[in-house]
Amino acid sequence: MRKLAGLAGLLLLLASCGDAETTPNSIRLIAHDSFASGVTEETFAAFTQATGTEVEVIAAGDAGSMVNQAILTKDNPLADVIFGIDDTFLSRALENEILTPFESQYLDTVSDGLILDPTHRATPIDFGDVCINYQKAWFEETALDVPQELDDLRSELYASFLTVEHPATSSPGLAFMLATIEEFGEENWLEFWADLRAAGVRVAPDWDTAYYADFMPYGGSSSMVVSYASSPPAEVIFASEPIDQAPTGVIDVGCYRQVEFAGVLAGTPYPTAAGQLIDFMLSVEFQETIPLTWFVFPANTTTPLPEEFVIHTVLPESPAQMDPERIARNRDRWISQWVSVMEG
Amino acid sequence: MDLTVGVGDGRLMAGSPPNNDSTRRADHRQTADLTNGTIRRTPRRWGWLLTALVPAIFIGYFFVYPVARILTLGLSELSFGSSGLEARLIRVGWFTVWQATASTVLTLLFAAPMTWAVSRFEFRGRRLATALVTVPFVLPTVVVGTAFVALGWRDSIWAILAAHVFFNTAIIVRTVGTLWARLDPDILGAARVLGAGPWETFRRVTLPLLKPAIAAATSIVFLFTFTSFGVVLIIGGFEYATLEVEIYRQAVSFFDLPLAAALALVQLVGVTAALYGYSRYQDRHTSSWALSSDSSRVKPRGGARAGVVLAVGGTLSLLAIPIGVLVARSLGTDSYRALFQDDAVVGVPIESAANSFRFAAVAMVIAVVIGVMSAAVIAGRSGRLSRWFDLTLMLPLGTSAVTIGFGFIVALGWPVDLRASFVLVPIAHALIAVPFVVRITVPTLKAIPPDLHEAAAVLGTSRGRVWWRIDFPIVAKAALVGSAFAFVISLGEFGATSFVARPATITMPVMIFRLLSRPGQQSLGMAMALAVALAAITAAVVMWIDRLQVGEVGSF
Repeated sequence: MRKLAGLAGLLLLLASCGDAETTPNSIRLIAHDSFASGVTEETFAAFTQATGTEVEVIAAGDAGSMVNQAILTKDNPLADVIFGIDDTFLSRALENEILTPFESQYLDTVSDGLILDPTHRATPIDFGDVCINYQKAWFEETALDVPQELDDLRSELYASFLTVEHPATSSPGLAFMLATIEEFGEENWLEFWADLRAAGVRVAPDWDTAYYADFMPYGGSSSMVVSYASSPPAEVIFASEPIDQAPTGVIDVGCYRQVEFAGVLAGTPYPTAAGQLIDFMLSVEFQETIPLTWFVFPANTTTPLPEEFVIHTVLPESPAQMDPERIARNRDRWISQWVSVMEG
Repeated sequence: MDLTVGVGDGRLMAGSPPNNDSTRRADHRQTADLTNGTIRRTPRRWGWLLTALVPAIFIGYFFVYPVARILTLGLSELSFGSSGLEARLIRVGWFTVWQATASTVLTLLFAAPMTWAVSRFEFRGRRLATALVTVPFVLPTVVVGTAFVALGWRDSIWAILAAHVFFNTAIIVRTVGTLWARLDPDILGAARVLGAGPWETFRRVTLPLLKPAIAAATSIVFLFTFTSFGVVLIIGGFEYATLEVEIYRQAVSFFDLPLAAALALVQLVGVTAALYGYSRYQDRHTSSWALSSDSSRVKPRGGARAGVVLAVGGTLSLLAIPIGVLVARSLGTDSYRALFQDDAVVGVPIESAANSFRFAAVAMVIAVVIGVMSAAVIAGRSGRLSRWFDLTLMLPLGTSAVTIGFGFIVALGWPVDLRASFVLVPIAHALIAVPFVVRITVPTLKAIPPDLHEAAAVLGTSRGRVWWRIDFPIVAKAALVGSAFAFVISLGEFGATSFVARPATITMPVMIFRLLSRPGQQSLGMAMALAVALAAITAAVVMWIDRLQVGEVGSF
């Protein structure tokens, strides 16, 4: 009986190898909702034309929910390729061995700082800098200076006009929390947050609420909000009336660089096609579409940036980044500590 | 103690002591239910089991099995004694229960005047008013959330309660209204003739007759608010957490499946207990007469006229406040025109309506078929089996969305891999919608006068024909109200879908989410315009469903 099963397994393996060499008609890409909702018929048209393989995109909630679903279905994967694992969830994905190595031919176009997995199971596709945004008009009216360092925020003058997102329910919220840990160190970061709380900082559950309800340009009471370095260009592109100056700006302090990765899911019957898809996603052809579709920056440094991204934003000089393993080891504890300081 | 096993509700009624209602009423019920029991019981057993089979397979495969799989997976790794957790659990559990109770009571009180007005009276604009009251129900939480926050209603328990009332008023108005509008006017008239004043008639006759519907609506509102997620997060600020929020944090943010499973189990047990209490209550309060197949609405006159204007006008204007914020934000930037234009990033936003309609239509059909079959099963027999069947159907409403979503992906890979299939979306919606159809249909079914059946049987009419001519027209009306809810639930993309792995399809709520996740005045304007469009479509669809003529009502 055992032998039979073994034989069947071998046959299956052979069959799947056979499939991998011929091209599959379609492969599945599992991604978070933000990515999936930006996918149109054109997104992967060039890939399908070149390889003859269709790409079926599966949406799986937010990044955390998606990684967890991939882990739960490790033995019988939902898809062939996964996209949208960020650096804060990278360790969880790697430790649970859901990915198989693939070295993209475009890897040398990616700056070293983004390659966080030396074994190439996770390939960086894009990055976004989480930074505090401010409303220019408010700072002009009040004649206040834009904060020069995180320490400035401790004052009521600033903190009571700042909204941050909750690190347990928001990825920019978590990123900003990590930036403060990098800045102040494990001994002092909680004290910073205690000061912020005492000075009246506002906490929103997610980015939507922080930006569209609490931020002054949208009728809120905060002149500063934790958002992205790419938000000001979006303000210009999606303004109601054409404008040539962004109404908001980026404060180059407390920025955190979030990297998003793609990977080949272990157990896919089509590793070759899966690798081709990752290559495509790192090629200039796809990378060019990233900024204006998902408002993050392409990982491939040879990609030309759209004009709006050049004019209306600054790439922060030295955004914080943290070793994914350190994040994985500590995030739960850090979030709990943050919660006890902010809610206690 | 339990004499109910295998015995029709007639005998249970006969054996139980009369409750606080008047003896006259209890006597009346006793006879009615006895006939009810004898007529409906024995010969139908096989038919009953067969009818039960389809919904049982549906709920078993798409709910019980996935939830059981994910819970056992999580609980198998649970180790006890994690630090300080019990205290937090008690705090969160307590908050969950009391906010749900308070929200339910407030919703009931808030919805009462409007329910009275649209059930008792026929007036110009009644259908429109009932359709409008459904609108809040369909709006995505994030949209309403930002409106509440913009109004400054936030960071307090009052804001949470207000939001719950806002979202759930429609459930009371429509569920209770369905039964109330069909109360037999002769009975109310008789009470009047016997000298009871309007208030006395309401308290002594109408209210007891409405109890099943009120209890049904209340149970749904309770479950909805018990599992509240978005409202608590967005409007409540970070000081408040329900079990639902806590399960999400443990399962998604911390990936602590054992703990998440333990919390989910606590949630399930709590919900089951509440539902059990409800079903016991329901057993004691069935009214088996007094329904007419025509509505008994009258034209309001005199004082009633002012009352109707006040009730309908007041309720709608209060509900309109947050919606006014949406409308205001959607105006002025050519947002509506932009919905029909090809946006470089998101395509033509209004095209998402087609996808939403497709899903909603399928979800509605599934929910109505499963729901009406279940209702027939539940109303056809009472007893333990029927009660647990009913209770299980209700559970998805009270189960955390994460549990259902993760359950789907661990369980539905076999025999056919449905895990990332299109069909899961309408199925997930139908799971939430079936309880609505059941809760609206069962009280109506139970209230069909048994003498109608008897008369038909005496005249030699076949059972199927009796069902078709008597039950069907009355049930169909209730089922239509239920299907409107099913449609609307799907249009609004309720909770569970966001945790289900599903093909990337741009529905209206997804498009709103997409627009709201990018900065810019125009993005916000378009998102709000699309939300207003969603509201308008909802109102139109609900009105259209309400207007459908059902069979030859009352021509028997």
